[in-house]
Order: sequence, then structure tokens, then C-alpha cells
Amino acid sequence: MILGRVIGTVWSTRKDEFLVGAKFLIVRQLDLDYMPKENFVVAVDSVGAGVGEIVLVAQGSSARQTAFTRNKPVDAVIMAIVDKLDISVKETLQESLKE
Amino acid sequence: MYLGKVIGTIWATRKYESTVGYKMQFVQQVNSQMKNIGDPFVALDTIGAGPGEIVYYVTSCEAVIPLDVDMAPVDASIVGIVDSIYSESL
Repeated sequence: MILGRVIGTVWSTRKDEFLVGAKFLIVRQLDLDYMPKENFVVAVDSVGAGVGEIVLVAQGSSARQTAFTRNKPVDAVIMAIVDKLDISVKETLQESLKE
Repeated sequence: MYLGKVIGTIWATRKYESTVGYKMQFVQQVNSQMKNIGDPFVALDTIGAGPGEIVYYVTSCEAVIPLDVDMAPVDASIVGIVDSIYSESL
């Protein structure tokens, strides 16, 4: 799963009939210091997230593993709202930033 | 399956029902020389790994198989803790 912040909502009237009733949110990926990265995804919400919240997004075929998205054309789903993040192995982080 | 190092823990109260009860860990993928590859990500922990440990994990749809539930929106799961690695230099 990737860490991201919900930065907006997508409304769409003309869409695949399987997607009627889905709530689409724009999620911008964050690094471990909550700094935004370049990439973002449009994800279906399964936990009731709102704009501004830090969330986890499951991508790929796993996104179809919820009751709502089963067998539907969805490849990203919000599956958790993050309360707290504790990075205890800092050296790994610094190494990865250097590379 | 891939090798990774657990670098931190993440807490979430609101999460998809079928993932309640599983810990979530931040994992940095490493190669056989323990050099970092790519960006850290979050994986569900099915075996009780802790920060600093070298683990192996499965990704994609197969990440749901080690869980006790039929369906869960999970794209990475830790499935083992590494005791030792022997590898000839590649």
C-alpha cells in the first residue's frame, strides 16, 4: 500500500455502469516526512475518507478485493485512514534518500 | 516474493473491516547485499515482524492468501522473517 493525502474529489456522470455509487478521491503520494511526491492516483473510497486525511491506498488487482469493488473496473482503493506513523529505523531512510 | 527491511509501524483505527486485527508495517525493499531498492511502502504483517528485521513479503493479489479472510484490499503482506542469507555475489 502507498501512503497519501486526499487532495480532492472526482465527480463523473458518464462512467461504467459498475462504478455507479462509487466515491472517487484524488490521493497524492507522500514520503515518510509527509512531504508530497509527484505522483497521484484516483482511488475508490472504502472507509469514508475525506479531503485532507492521510490514507493508505491498495493498488492493482488487490483493489478489487472489497465488497463494493469486487469484479469491477477499479485498480486503486483507499483501505485505511492513518492515525500515526512511527519510523524507527532512520538510517534506512537516510540511505534511501541519498540514493 | 521479495526481501525487505521493516523500518516502521503505522496505526489506523478506521480501516477496511477484514484487515482489522493485523498490524501494518513500513517496509523498504532490499537486495541480497541489503542495499535499498525503490521507495518504502506499507505491508500487512501476518507473522509479527518488528522494526529492524529482514523479512520477505508477497505482493499483488497473492497478498490476500495468507490472511484469514477471503477478501481484503491488501497489495503487500509480510510472510516470513529471515534468519540468515547465503548468496554468491551476483
